[in-house]
Amino acid sequence: MTLAPETTAEPPAAAPGTELAEPPRSMLRRGWEVFSENKLALVAVGVLVLIIGFCFLGPLFYHSDTSVVDLSAVTKPPGAGHPLGTDNDGIDELGKMMVGGQTSLEIGLAAGSIAAIAGALYGAVSGFVGGWIDALMMRVIDSLMSFPLIFLLIYLSSVYGKSKGMLILEVGLTSWFGITRLVRGEALAIKVRDYVDASRMMGAGGTRIIFKHILPNTIGTTIVNTTFSIADAVFALSTLSYIGLGLQAPNNDLGGMLDVGTNYAGQGYWWMIYPPAVVIILIILSFNVIGDALRDAFESRLQKR
Amino acid sequence: MALLEVIGLRTEIRLKRSVVHALDGINLSVDAGETLGIVGESGCGKTMTAMSIMQLLPNGGTVVGGQIRLDGRDLLSLSPEEMDSVRGNDIGMIFQDPTTSLNPTMTIGRQISESVRIHRGASKKEAHERAVEALSLVGMPSPKQRALVYPHELSGGMRQRAMIAMALANEPKLLIADEPTTALDVTIQKQILELIDNLKQQLGMAVILVTHDLGVIAGRADKIAVMYAGKVVETTSTRALFANPRHPYTEALFASLPERSAESGERLYSIPGLPPDLTKPPAGCRFAARCRYATDECRTSEPPLAGTVEEHRFACFLPVGEPVYRTEAAPVAATAVATERVRVSRDSTLTEPLLRIEGLVKDYPVTAGLVLRRNVGSVSAVADVSLTVHQGETVGLVGESGCGKTTVGKLIVGLEKPTGGSLLFQDRDLAQAPRAERRHLRRDVQLMFQDSYAAMNPRMMVRSVMREPLDIHRVDSPAERDRRIREIFDLVGLPLSALDRYPHEFSGGQRQRVGLARALALRPKLIVADEPVSALDVSIQSQVLNLMRDLQGELGLSYLFISHDLSVIRYLSDRIGVMYLGKLVEIGPAESVYANPVHHYTRGLLDTIPVADPAVEAAKSSQGIAGELPSAIDPPSGCRFRTRCPAAQEICARVEPKLAPYGPDNHLAACHLPLRPAAAAAQEVAPALV
Repeated sequence: MTLAPETTAEPPAAAPGTELAEPPRSMLRRGWEVFSENKLALVAVGVLVLIIGFCFLGPLFYHSDTSVVDLSAVTKPPGAGHPLGTDNDGIDELGKMMVGGQTSLEIGLAAGSIAAIAGALYGAVSGFVGGWIDALMMRVIDSLMSFPLIFLLIYLSSVYGKSKGMLILEVGLTSWFGITRLVRGEALAIKVRDYVDASRMMGAGGTRIIFKHILPNTIGTTIVNTTFSIADAVFALSTLSYIGLGLQAPNNDLGGMLDVGTNYAGQGYWWMIYPPAVVIILIILSFNVIGDALRDAFESRLQKR
Repeated sequence: MALLEVIGLRTEIRLKRSVVHALDGINLSVDAGETLGIVGESGCGKTMTAMSIMQLLPNGGTVVGGQIRLDGRDLLSLSPEEMDSVRGNDIGMIFQDPTTSLNPTMTIGRQISESVRIHRGASKKEAHERAVEALSLVGMPSPKQRALVYPHELSGGMRQRAMIAMALANEPKLLIADEPTTALDVTIQKQILELIDNLKQQLGMAVILVTHDLGVIAGRADKIAVMYAGKVVETTSTRALFANPRHPYTEALFASLPERSAESGERLYSIPGLPPDLTKPPAGCRFAARCRYATDECRTSEPPLAGTVEEHRFACFLPVGEPVYRTEAAPVAATAVATERVRVSRDSTLTEPLLRIEGLVKDYPVTAGLVLRRNVGSVSAVADVSLTVHQGETVGLVGESGCGKTTVGKLIVGLEKPTGGSLLFQDRDLAQAPRAERRHLRRDVQLMFQDSYAAMNPRMMVRSVMREPLDIHRVDSPAERDRRIREIFDLVGLPLSALDRYPHEFSGGQRQRVGLARALALRPKLIVADEPVSALDVSIQSQVLNLMRDLQGELGLSYLFISHDLSVIRYLSDRIGVMYLGKLVEIGPAESVYANPVHHYTRGLLDTIPVADPAVEAAKSSQGIAGELPSAIDPPSGCRFRTRCPAAQEICARVEPKLAPYGPDNHLAACHLPLRPAAAAAQEVAPALV
């Protein structure tokens, strides 16, 4: 088959850029579009913003002294002057919850971030290097994970102290094992991708590949699991405080309040149990829901939409 | 009345925010004992047609109109339960990838008998007997034993046979084969296609063969429907379509095929632009935006599927070709051009050798045990390959998957370390040189990946992707690097706005351009191109091939072009090397290897590869290459091809043949019993010319 002479001419050159009619949208923008489709996650963000505002801005509007014991007003039910009643030391429950919430959130965020950074780095290096080093690094993680988490925490906090800074470190350094396993798994898959080969072929070294190619491509996993580990840290701290090994009075956190409250559960002092419990549950739930939505956002933002 | 009649079929897929009008008024008919080929580029709706008939649409997909009549019964009016009894009983289906279509936890025999038990209510024993029968029907050796194995224990070709056996166990009236051989090697492809053909005749089935490969369709289909953007644009008998295409899209597809220009060496025709977005299909002819003949009428009103003759229908206002039903190519025009050979085969062997590979060996150890990794053997991926690439030359490496061609490429660019032999680039050893020098040498040798998308970090903008090689080698100042990137983008014909995009925003062809641009960033002398076009549609493939050719002329590049596709290799290469199971079995000037092969494997490969010309396909008598690629862990002694060679004799098993010259033009082959006699004067070939 041959073409008529006039048809063998060059085709009209494809107008450059015609395939890219849409204006470029940044990755974050695309991610936000997916994220915002998840209504529950938006609610969770709202709840979290409210709780943060309540804890950090609340004390500016609602004044109360949470360090002075007032034995004339112990275990008062909610009423005038004390909207949520008082605890066994006569301290205002509402004010105490704001301050305790601050501590819980601070420790949770800081510990969660430590876990994320430590976990991602350790996992990326282990997965990328591979071989017996990887095997060794992972067996170390396995042995650490074979201890019950609460046992580790009890040990660390009773040996190294119960100050805020130490608690952040203690909780942070016991909650990165999960992240590291996930990141290592992803690193194993990413290091055999063509773009890592391409980079290696150009002469890139291990450090460059880990920081430019492996870590950015595990960011989804890392961020999602950071939100989970923040929730876990809040929970772990509550547990520690509940068994009396968390922050010591007059410092307080939500878990500590719950601990005190449950001592009086028999007397029907519900205001000492339900408010802090509800806030803890809301914080943990919100972070988990946001984590789920972030996972969707990170996964689909790479696809054509 | 035809066995299957599809009338005005319309299928839509509901997405979150839009509706894809995947099929819009498809009309097809297939008679018993007939093969209908559905051909088109990816995304044209050919698989969607098959899935609509089976009513196995993806999530959100629904048939919104039309009729599908099988033996006069409208499948669309059936209840889901009734449809279940049609599927797998009246209609059988073969999928593209047999690995994912078989359940890995069930034996082959049980999977086949399962459908027999469901549809025929057979007892376990009867069903198993039927399964064994079906397996022997599809040419599975020792079917009784094979019925008891799990899918992973079978090779790819055998798995596809098992799939076919499963589809045929209930003797369906219609067999739908959706890209049945795309995941298989050419030699296996031929065996499977032949099998489907034979079974069709034996059982009197109708077959719908869905494929993107014009070569496959030319040899196997009785009639063809060409699809574009959810519509049938042309339908007629196979011979008529190839001899006298009437729709400009069909014409353009044929003109994009590299084999059509291989002899002349002309630039390939490429269809500009991309298929339309089917969420908002264009008002007029859907091909108008990319058609070189399009007028205003084409853009505003839609041409009906009509034609001057009943047997040949097409949807175009301005048809090309001749308004007659013709099944033979126009004789005058064909000879006038075909005899005039424009292509001048450059004898590049006279220029400076750029890359010299000598006795290259790569073995991968096979280990056993989890803790103490004992070496229990080795996979011989590349065994003693010697090859030279000269300045400005294109050398093609061709062979089946597993023949070691990709490993050769990886060894050259330094992604793997050779077990033995040397890789001399401008007389410096690429593998042995000191680290600093090796780094420098690597700048001159770059790799172009098969899948450029996979070879770009999805979280990097194209600007960073392009800058990476320059940053790693700290070439010039940062400003100078940006200037160089702009210059290269100009060269490969990409808009500068593309720099601020992410890789996923590009089409396949554009990505391959970016991939080529990145390979060029360090101004290399040699580009190893590993299957650079095999993931692209024909029309896009031709754009990339043209570009590669243009750049070679402009920049004086050398290419080592690795592909399984002989027609692409032939179009682009000056010399062709044929590999089989780690060995280079034949190498010589492209036309000489193509027209006068010496090695039986080359001959077999040439016979096996489907050509988009029904006349050529019909004339092929050879059986291709029998059997399957043996394991490289324990390769056959002597000549590695002997186990599948039609001419093999006792000497082939004892003595390993060496490359020897055949003819004066450096045509070498390694065979004891060559297809033509060796060069009269057994002149020694200087190693530099190998």
